[in-house]
Amino acid sequence: MTSLALDRRTLIRGAAALSMVRAFPAWAQSGSAGLRPAPDMLSGDRIELTVGTSHFATGGRSAHAVTINGTLPAPLIRLREGQNVQLAVTNRLKEDTSIHWHGLIVPFQMDGVPGISFPGIRPGETFTYDFPIRQSGTYWYHSHSGMQEAMGHYGPIVIDPAGPDPVQSDREHVIVLSDWSPVHPHKLMQRLKQMGGYYNMQKQTLAGLLQGRDQSLKDRMDWGKMRMDPTDISDVTGSTYSYLVNGHGTPENWTGLFAPGERVRLRIVNASAMTNFNVRLPDLPMSVVQCDGQHVQPVETDEFQIGIAETYDVIVRPIEAKPYALVAEAIDRSGLVRATLAPQVGMIAPIPPLRQRPLLTMKDMGMDMSGIDMGQNGVIDLSQPANDSMAGHSMKMLDPSVAPDVPMGPGVATLSSMPADRTADRPTGLEDVDHRVLTYADLKALEPNSDTRSPTRSLDIHLTANMERYMWSFDGVKLSDRAEPIAFRHTERVRVTLINDTMMPHPIHIHGHFFQLVTGEDAAANPRKHTVNVLPGGKVSFDLTADAIGDWAFHCHMLMHMHAGMMRVVTVRHEGGAA
Amino acid sequence: MRRALGLFLLAVALPAKAQTMDHSQMDHGAHEMPQSETSPAAGAHAGHDMGGADSTVPKGTPPPAPTDHAADAIYDPAVMARARAALTHEHGGMTYSQLMIDRLEYRAQDGRDGYHWEGEGWIGGDINRLAIKSEGEGEVGGRLESAEVQLLYSRAIDPWWNVVGGVRQDFRPQPDRTYATIGIEGLAPYWFEVEGQLFLSNKGDAHARLEASYDQRITQRLILQPAMEVNLAVQDVPELGIGSGLSDVELGLRLRYEFAREFAPYVGVNWERKLGDTARYARLEGEKPAATSLVVGLRFWF
Repeated sequence: MTSLALDRRTLIRGAAALSMVRAFPAWAQSGSAGLRPAPDMLSGDRIELTVGTSHFATGGRSAHAVTINGTLPAPLIRLREGQNVQLAVTNRLKEDTSIHWHGLIVPFQMDGVPGISFPGIRPGETFTYDFPIRQSGTYWYHSHSGMQEAMGHYGPIVIDPAGPDPVQSDREHVIVLSDWSPVHPHKLMQRLKQMGGYYNMQKQTLAGLLQGRDQSLKDRMDWGKMRMDPTDISDVTGSTYSYLVNGHGTPENWTGLFAPGERVRLRIVNASAMTNFNVRLPDLPMSVVQCDGQHVQPVETDEFQIGIAETYDVIVRPIEAKPYALVAEAIDRSGLVRATLAPQVGMIAPIPPLRQRPLLTMKDMGMDMSGIDMGQNGVIDLSQPANDSMAGHSMKMLDPSVAPDVPMGPGVATLSSMPADRTADRPTGLEDVDHRVLTYADLKALEPNSDTRSPTRSLDIHLTANMERYMWSFDGVKLSDRAEPIAFRHTERVRVTLINDTMMPHPIHIHGHFFQLVTGEDAAANPRKHTVNVLPGGKVSFDLTADAIGDWAFHCHMLMHMHAGMMRVVTVRHEGGAA
Repeated sequence: MRRALGLFLLAVALPAKAQTMDHSQMDHGAHEMPQSETSPAAGAHAGHDMGGADSTVPKGTPPPAPTDHAADAIYDPAVMARARAALTHEHGGMTYSQLMIDRLEYRAQDGRDGYHWEGEGWIGGDINRLAIKSEGEGEVGGRLESAEVQLLYSRAIDPWWNVVGGVRQDFRPQPDRTYATIGIEGLAPYWFEVEGQLFLSNKGDAHARLEASYDQRITQRLILQPAMEVNLAVQDVPELGIGSGLSDVELGLRLRYEFAREFAPYVGVNWERKLGDTARYARLEGEKPAATSLVVGLRFWF
């Protein structure tokens, strides 16, 4: 009878799950004890994935989703360095699909970008990816077709090292952060094209001015004169998004278990379409041990910003037998998601209130005033010509001479006249928090970089935009403008500088390669990354060894920026030869 | 009256001119970039802290962009060509549209109450768009006083401004008229929406219209919008009741509440005044040259 009762209970639970139409792989289920072999964890030499449609609901919002093997997020793929893997992907959608293995070093024809690496996967077809696993770490996979990624087509990849893992832990959880809207992403994009600020419900108001909030009247006038909005931090916000941890919104409270005193490894992936997050565990310091799948020298912090498509592995050591909140707050503070780390199921960590929405500053507009004599009272008068101490610098917001290779036009509203290297800056919104904040400059490669040659040439790429028209591009040219590819010679080493001419951070991703972020003098210790978040008005340099023959995608990982044209094909060829 | 039109033209051209002036001012401004043979890019970075690294990396020369496509060697080149075309189109080349009914309102005023509409639709890409505009007004339960439709080609010429050109068809007042039109519209400094158009009719009469509005956000959803419209004519057009010069001025103040961005009822006040000969024509018709109305209406778009 007991077993029958149990069965009935299971049935009832099963029915409840069906009516909620929420299916999760074991690792993403609330109350997960951590990563362990499970029937739905995909390992081995041959893996089968089916892309289809499901319904998805969170916190009362529900809609159509694009899922893999019926779950959101998609199943965990766990592999071992040195193995070969075949991944057979079957398309059950009515449109083409694809899977890109984000951060995996694969032959170009296996990289999964329709129109660059392969033709894409037609409805009803199965495409089998086949490649060796040459690395270890935390990665993820997602669609590169249409806007399927924004509808749930993403999942994590964990690759165990062939040898001993330098990161020791007693337990590990995968934390997939994402944003979810019941509104179809094409509709979101349409709204942004119609009205760039459509989703910003935190603009400055007259009521705010009268209450002494936000900018002073003079600052508002100065910014209004430039037609710039200091609250323009995210395009798509919590006004339509629910933020998710492993497919769970705050009400569903995803819970990961730990035993007090354990070293718990969190493999954190930002699989969002449009959301950069600030991540923290109040009362729990984090030791960052990996970034973008690459080991870094452990560095302790209390909060870090994770750009879209980045991954961070952190070790936490909860001592007390109490619930700890894992908080991912959208950088514009329009929403957050709280998950819980707890010693047992049913314990709920408190939800911290949203912090005050940050305001952008002149530095975010590429006018870095640090170290410059401001003249009287530090007041900057943009209408006046620059004084002697500013000789060589333009103080205008659109001075074509600072970017001679960028054609001026409707798509370029601003150019950073004095872009600063901001890799040691605290990211947007975290400038003034009263705890430790990770910066890129804190990341040092654990294993020294193999290629420390000095770059033989340099390349500047401007990240350009017009927020009002919702136009996004590289060097003022959209991919659809028949943009020339960015060409590299095989094995040449190039210093690429990304100059952010916009007031929004852009997570820029290059396929098929890791680059070394130039953050210090020691080239061997510069962190290896596949995606770098370039802060507003700032610039980032990285050294790239073009060691992967073929054609590769290079784009902003804000999905709608990419779809607006902020994308290029990168080619790597033997000198004077074909692929 | 030519002078008035000239002034107007200047006003229309001003935003564009201001931009150019901005640039030229900049060009001989205080930023002569130090150029070096090895690193033309160094100027842009001069003085910035890159750990001195930038200056050590020469500009170098990039390889020529290859004309082949790597994936063509592995997959059917014809299939790849189709996929490539789709990729290019989907990343920046998409077509969007909007239909905005900015004003659909009831006007309570002395004498017979009226109604008014004003809206615009567009379809196209980032630069080139096809637009349709319409506005008109009439008396409730009475005659339709004015109604016009414009079909326009709109082209973005810089970050903030579009030039528009096309035709305008007036159905009221009678006799109806067809105009060729050219104009400019966009976002002026301080977030003013500005629009100016010149019209030349099939009877040879020339007119101009200047409109401006500003959205003052009181809260995230409550928005006060002052708006202004001025019409000018180069010559008298007695059959339409239009006198040369400044023919009429309209000022409005509307307070809307955005239940959603695309759905906002409003209340407000509208004042219009016919001037000069236009006012004289109105008096001859037995109309008052000025009218103040309380308005209630709806702004919606999709």
